[in-house]
Amino acid sequence: MIIRISDDALARALGADELAAAFAGKGHEVQRTSSWGMHWLEPLVEIDGQGFGPATLEDVDDILDGAASEIAIGAIEQHPFIAKQQRLTFSRAGKTRPLSLEDYEATGGWSGLKRARQMGSEQILAEVTQSGLRGRGGAGFPAGIKWQTVARAEGAQKYIVCNADEGDSGTFADRMLMEGDPYLLIEGMAIAGEAVGADKGYIYIRSEYPDAIAKLEKAIELSAGLVAPFELEVRVGAGAYVCGEETSLLNSLEGKRGEVRAKPPLPAIEGLFGKPTVVNNVLTLAAVPHILAEGGASAYEQLGLARSKGTMPIQLAGNIKHGGLFETAFGVTLGELVNDIGGGTESGRPVKAVQVGGPLGAYIHPDDFGIRFDYEEYTAADALIGHGGITVFDDTADMGSMARFAMEFCAAESCGKCTPCRIGAVRGVEIIDRIRDAKTGGGRAPDHVERLDVMHNAPRHGRSQEQEIGLLTDLCETMKFGSLCALGGFTPFPVMSALKHWPEDFTGRAAAEAEAAE
Amino acid sequence: MSTKEHKIGEIVAEHHLREGALLPILHAVQAEFGCVDADSEAMIAKGLNLSRADVHGVVSFYHDFHDTPELRPVVQVCRAEACKARGVEAIIAQATAAAGDRVKVQTVYCLGLCSSGPSARVGDRLYARLDGPKLAQIVENA
Repeated sequence: MIIRISDDALARALGADELAAAFAGKGHEVQRTSSWGMHWLEPLVEIDGQGFGPATLEDVDDILDGAASEIAIGAIEQHPFIAKQQRLTFSRAGKTRPLSLEDYEATGGWSGLKRARQMGSEQILAEVTQSGLRGRGGAGFPAGIKWQTVARAEGAQKYIVCNADEGDSGTFADRMLMEGDPYLLIEGMAIAGEAVGADKGYIYIRSEYPDAIAKLEKAIELSAGLVAPFELEVRVGAGAYVCGEETSLLNSLEGKRGEVRAKPPLPAIEGLFGKPTVVNNVLTLAAVPHILAEGGASAYEQLGLARSKGTMPIQLAGNIKHGGLFETAFGVTLGELVNDIGGGTESGRPVKAVQVGGPLGAYIHPDDFGIRFDYEEYTAADALIGHGGITVFDDTADMGSMARFAMEFCAAESCGKCTPCRIGAVRGVEIIDRIRDAKTGGGRAPDHVERLDVMHNAPRHGRSQEQEIGLLTDLCETMKFGSLCALGGFTPFPVMSALKHWPEDFTGRAAAEAEAAE
Repeated sequence: MSTKEHKIGEIVAEHHLREGALLPILHAVQAEFGCVDADSEAMIAKGLNLSRADVHGVVSFYHDFHDTPELRPVVQVCRAEACKARGVEAIIAQATAAAGDRVKVQTVYCLGLCSSGPSARVGDRLYARLDGPKLAQIVENA
């Protein structure tokens, strides 16, 4: 019997290796595939298209004897979670062996690259632009325009850089793609190279992803002859979140401190080592081979809505019953994602907040669940799609402490280049601590300097909680408009959205204490 | 020439022709010696014709490089948003209690297992869907 079990890092973290060894020990052929993306069912065992999960070592005999009805989920492809999706980027998820060139080619692999090589630079640029593909890393910049800029820039040496520094909590699509379908990313980068005239590519992967690093290095080695003369190399990050910002990533690749660069010059004109460089996210580059297939660009363009075209691999994470990867066309509402597809919270308690777009994304209240997945609709709601991660919190979450954490995270990960981020985040933590301090009632007494006789104009009454909240709001404005990059610039989103929707989580402790004292 | 100087010389020689060689060199030195200390910085600087300040600036920027080796086993526990939403804060005390002075419990932000937290990493082995006793067990076995 052929048993299929994923070798994705998540499945392995849940015991897939031991499970595979157990089946192999009983004399069965075990194929290690990519993950279907139904994470609550991992490790998922597949036999003749039928799924069993989450499976443990105790289930092995029952599965083989056909007596594992409790964990049987029926035909995997008919499972509602899979059937409801429109998978383009993740079309091979669960179906192929990640490093098998044979599997890749049999499922249409390399056909985008072949076609691209036949039609040449101008036509590739036209098709990518026509598809409406936008950067999936968060900024949503049209990929075709970026590629055109690089293609038209002067320079003998150009680079393709893949940003695989997926540091946002609540996101894992890059990791799944690199581990599950590494050749797709390689093909996408080779097409980008063809389009802009670059013969060298770097994939910058964060050090927290050992499996993805190993798989891609192997895949690059195995496919080197197929993408030549285009050359690829994996570079490993060193634990700095800010290196997910493109200019900081370029500095890191150059062997420098990962400090953000001021723009302009755009990386498309002066990027890696000062040369014209395409910097794209994993998902952006991985969407390209599909677009370059026959008729792919117009098919892609017809999906989605308004200016958000095509599909987005959405990641359902946090306290959610059915967590995993859900790729669908833009336009799906947050309520559908969290309640219908995700099945609500795993704890069974009511949803309190949903953070969309990673640590820098806004916390969205269940009252606003009608919001549709669309770059512009999120921007208009003072929120962001980011990398498509959705983190669900139940009603036990303390949003005041999550806001504090956002500031704390920004302080820890700031590259230090610009003041609003470097200093502002530290001050942000202090202000939130004071607002939430039950002992002082959320404000503070006048300090030593304010009490000095010479300080004629200083207020002598300290600050009330209300004034501290005003100060926090001001600080957030300063960070939002004064920071060089999205780290300092977007940290106000989670802070201000938490303050707007759940003010009691900031003031509640102080108020409760005051009431108890009366 | 000390063995350390010799080894670092080899690492520099292996990588120095690569574009942006410093980070791969630092990773290799960190893997070899468990840290990148001041001596190593000086040797790398000499090998790449950089100033020691340049190298120190890079070493001190990144969380992965340390100036002293960690002698204890390290258990990394993710405490980012998605794992917080799944209750990591409530079980961290159990982990630190199990760790005592023998094991280092280190906070990291995101191991990419956000749908199935809380999660942890020991070396290149990952663990997900943890609860208090499971995490304490991992710490004890580290």
